[in-house]
Amino acid sequence: MTSRLAMGGALIDRTKGVSFTWNGQVMRGFAGDTLASALLANGQTLVGRSFKYHRPRGIVASGAEEPNALVGIGAGGQFEPNQRATHQELYDGLSATSQNHWPSLDFDVGAINAGLSKFFPAGFYYKTFIHPRAAWKHLFEPVIRKSAGLGKAPTEPDADRYEYFYAHVDVLVVGGGIGGLQAALVAGRSGARVLLVEQSAQFGGRALVDDVDIDGLEGPDWIETAVAELQALPNVTLRRRMMGAGVYDHGYVLGYERLGDHGAGPEGPRHRLWRIRAQRVIAATGALERPLAFAGNDVPGVMLASAVRDYLSLYGVSCGDRTVVVTNNDDGYRTAIALKAAGLDVPAVVDSRPKADGPLVREVRAVGVRVLTGTGIASVKGRKFVEGVVLCAQAGEGAPLEEIACDCVAMSGGWSPVVHLWSHCGGKLKWNEETACFMPDLDRPPLGADGQGFVLTAGSASGYFNSSDAMRDAHYEALRAVSDIDREQPLDAVPDVAVPEEEPMRPVWIMPDGAKQKLRAKAFLDFQNDVKVVDVQLAAQEGYTSVEHTKRYTTLGMATDQGKLSNINGLAILAGALNAPIQNVGTTTFRPPYTPISMGAVAGEARGALFKPTRKTAMDGWLDENGAHWEPVADWRRPYAICRDGESVKDAVTREILNTREAVGLLDASTLGKIIVKGPDAGKFLDLMYTNMMSSLKVGRCRYGLMCNDNGFLFDDGVVLRLDEETFLCHTTSGGSDRVHGWFEEWLQTEWWDMQVYTANVTEQFAQIAVVGPKARAVLEALGGADVSKEALPFMGFVDAELAGFKARIMRISFSGELSYEIAVDAGQGLEFWLKCLEAGAEFDIQPYGTEALHVMRAEKGFIMIGDETDGTVTPQDLGLDWAVSKKKRDFIGKRAQMRSDLVRTDRKQLVGLETLEPETVLPDGAHAVEGEKLANGMENMIGHVTSTYFSPTLGRSIAMALIKSGSTRMGQELRFPVEGGRVIKARVVDPVFLDKDGARQDV
Amino acid sequence: MSDVERQETRGMITLRGDLGSEALRGVLRQICDLDVPGVRRVSFGAGIAAVWMSPDELLITCAYDSAAELVAAFDAAMKGQHFLSVNVSDARAVFTLATQRARETIAKGAPVDMSADAFGVGDVRRSRLGQVAAAFWMREDAAIELVCFRSVSEFVEAWLTTAAAPGAVVGYFNSDSQ
Repeated sequence: MTSRLAMGGALIDRTKGVSFTWNGQVMRGFAGDTLASALLANGQTLVGRSFKYHRPRGIVASGAEEPNALVGIGAGGQFEPNQRATHQELYDGLSATSQNHWPSLDFDVGAINAGLSKFFPAGFYYKTFIHPRAAWKHLFEPVIRKSAGLGKAPTEPDADRYEYFYAHVDVLVVGGGIGGLQAALVAGRSGARVLLVEQSAQFGGRALVDDVDIDGLEGPDWIETAVAELQALPNVTLRRRMMGAGVYDHGYVLGYERLGDHGAGPEGPRHRLWRIRAQRVIAATGALERPLAFAGNDVPGVMLASAVRDYLSLYGVSCGDRTVVVTNNDDGYRTAIALKAAGLDVPAVVDSRPKADGPLVREVRAVGVRVLTGTGIASVKGRKFVEGVVLCAQAGEGAPLEEIACDCVAMSGGWSPVVHLWSHCGGKLKWNEETACFMPDLDRPPLGADGQGFVLTAGSASGYFNSSDAMRDAHYEALRAVSDIDREQPLDAVPDVAVPEEEPMRPVWIMPDGAKQKLRAKAFLDFQNDVKVVDVQLAAQEGYTSVEHTKRYTTLGMATDQGKLSNINGLAILAGALNAPIQNVGTTTFRPPYTPISMGAVAGEARGALFKPTRKTAMDGWLDENGAHWEPVADWRRPYAICRDGESVKDAVTREILNTREAVGLLDASTLGKIIVKGPDAGKFLDLMYTNMMSSLKVGRCRYGLMCNDNGFLFDDGVVLRLDEETFLCHTTSGGSDRVHGWFEEWLQTEWWDMQVYTANVTEQFAQIAVVGPKARAVLEALGGADVSKEALPFMGFVDAELAGFKARIMRISFSGELSYEIAVDAGQGLEFWLKCLEAGAEFDIQPYGTEALHVMRAEKGFIMIGDETDGTVTPQDLGLDWAVSKKKRDFIGKRAQMRSDLVRTDRKQLVGLETLEPETVLPDGAHAVEGEKLANGMENMIGHVTSTYFSPTLGRSIAMALIKSGSTRMGQELRFPVEGGRVIKARVVDPVFLDKDGARQDV
Repeated sequence: MSDVERQETRGMITLRGDLGSEALRGVLRQICDLDVPGVRRVSFGAGIAAVWMSPDELLITCAYDSAAELVAAFDAAMKGQHFLSVNVSDARAVFTLATQRARETIAKGAPVDMSADAFGVGDVRRSRLGQVAAAFWMREDAAIELVCFRSVSEFVEAWLTTAAAPGAVVGYFNSDSQ
């Protein structure tokens, strides 16, 4: 059983008891514990069930690599699944729950899968669910989906908040072990701006646990000194609980800082996502110990040797009374030494190497521990916890030699450098035969914009597992980074590190070497996804030679731990099965993030009111208070209708239309884009941008214009004013102001840079209000100050004037067919002017109207709407707007394209009006017109679709516009529109101008 | 003082022209008593400043009531030359961030090096704040002024207030002397 020892535990504070719950049961730990150490201290060895076979799983590791101890933390809006217990700091009141079992962790029905494991070979899903075809959709997929996934999704919205932070540094050091600290010291002493981040709550890494002497100081003391010096350097920033999550091009690095996961308090963001630009990144990310693949290596109680001594040394936790150490290297002996020193029993160290005689081995022998060389573990006894091990000759097939009773197995299969950050951006790896690991290939680093490597590795991340070599590597790599960024290298010496010599390790990918099928079928590689040695071998046998394909076929390394413990062992097994060198098999791709980061951190502050900016006009507040029913229009919100008390939206729209047609309406048109175009070449430039002639526009006049892209398709429209000889004001659609401004600038800056034209986007400078209807002139006259008579201000004219004391530009333009004035005032005066209009118009029954009334009225007049009648494939000619496409101009954007054969076809879809045969019936938006017989494939022969459709209160019938094949030749034809429920709506093709074709209403 | 304050009104003029020309330099000196600022710099005068916006664009900030007169003066002085001046005083909202934490508040939304080494008095960046466009500069009293478009001023105010909220201190620029 696991338990808390009476003494020891460098990180825990035994004076501060902490209480937490595990599946509802109250447990106790100490401040400084991780959830994993506290669970072990409470004797909780079983912490979860595996994904596929629901096998009992215990804690394997003590850090970020943990595959098994994934738990749900918190409750309600703060619940988060799949948190690693080894990384979760304990705090008072923490609530944790285990995952992936039903009905309980101890008794899990899903474990029946384990008994059936021979029926779930690699590629099981691919092989099984192919036939019959229909069964996948209706049977297999729903069942598989139900059992898929790890942990529970939160049921409530996230109660916390998150944020980003942008930081720019010269050198970013990731990892705060001795390598990272030394690298930061070197870089910091050079005066460079340094950021050092450490994913856990403590600096020091392995030097907190493993005996090491640095410049005459014990590890923890040197760490304290180093941290103190770094803290004193003004150019160095240290952050704990912050992981270097991913490295991207141009020295861009994501840092994931956890501020609220250790019970620090409710204030402030929970996570902060750092977006760092670094000239050089030093990955001092350490190394991970590898498990050994022997039968039963997944039984709770089988742990990494380093984790066993971490729990002992850092948290005063014993992982078992009797621990068998199994190793292929000298480092594993450190666990035996530590256990013995703590008074715990180590019945044997099982060493797969034929002989072992290094200083650490001799020390173990000297304290009376049996060292069995040339030996391996044939199998582990026990199911939910370790009861013993059966030993065998490593060289053999697993014939039992001896059985040793124990309750913990500490395994060490050697170490792999954490090369993730080196690899994220393309750094290559090479296989090192001596240490049996992939290490960074310094000749092929990830390259930055300057063609130089911008990521360096330091310490054990470089593949130096001896602390003395690691320190030296960190020092010199940091010097290299300093010199890369043109800073003077500090002259301080490399700290002198004294550690025992270690003999070479012997790679062991399967234990024993000749393990039979029965043993290999229980030797796990990937604990989280239940991938065993036999699965990888089967994949190889079935022809999978690529490591990437094997990964996906077997799911090796595809779990949330991304194969931190399993990948190297798995690809070595694959190499063995293929008789290929490991170097040639290679690794799968290392992708960010290093360990999962929260969705909240990715979203940052963008939630609730900050989720997306809503653009608001000067009259927004008034409209909101007065019944606006909002709709989004690009990033703006605009009132669809302004409802009176108790009025339905539909009734409001009808009322607004009729009132505007019969009396006078008021529209907030501020969202229209407004771009000033000025210069000696402004007319020439606009002639190129618009399809029609703008240079001939007279000062004081307005002209409606169309803009096409270079493929000849219509993309924006609006009214252009000529303010003076050199200056135009171009109106764009509400959504188009930034796009059109950018379009103008792109042509001016890249193509016609010799033209003398300046542009300015003044959309937001003005509030624009349309006064529309037969009584519009009366309202303006009531406002007073400007002559707005037909003679003084004719249709398509404008004047700058004072209106009711407001500095205003009055434009006689109309999108409704009515007498209409659009008045622009400074945005700061917009609301005041709006209220003035309401006041002056009260006697004429002025009423504000919204975008739906605007849409219906423009449709009644047959005016097109960008985005309704256009979709990026529609030309002005398709819409019958030939009159606005100049035939005289030598060129304009889109002209050449509009001469291409496909654009001059006479059977293109063309704009028509539609009147349903039943006047009350309104066609659905987007309904398809069909014609003739069905096609050979059984589909209807579709000839076009409805683009705008409304019930017109003015006309008392439904109206629609549609793009119909050869529409211009179909006047009077009846078209069929099949709609839902087998119904067919019939409509007659008519002129798209439904109301006042001669324009008499606005000619007053 | 609150961390984030919205200014009531501010005069703003967009000037576009040849920033290297003698004519423009002369006019700016004569009308505003200002030098043409260098790249990503601001030149300050008495109640008036010229903010670099692009290689051919300046933003003049001034008293709200004087903007229209200044535009008229620019237009008169530059008559006959290729040049644009336009009053945009109502197009934007202005916020002042006056406390020590201004740098890190902005660094939560703008991909800009806000350290004292890289951004000091008279520096300007035309960038973004979260999802919206923003420009900001450091005044001579070390306060940071930020302008955004008027239509998103509510959003930006909420954004800045959230970023500057107590409990969200990063402490990254602590060693800076502002």
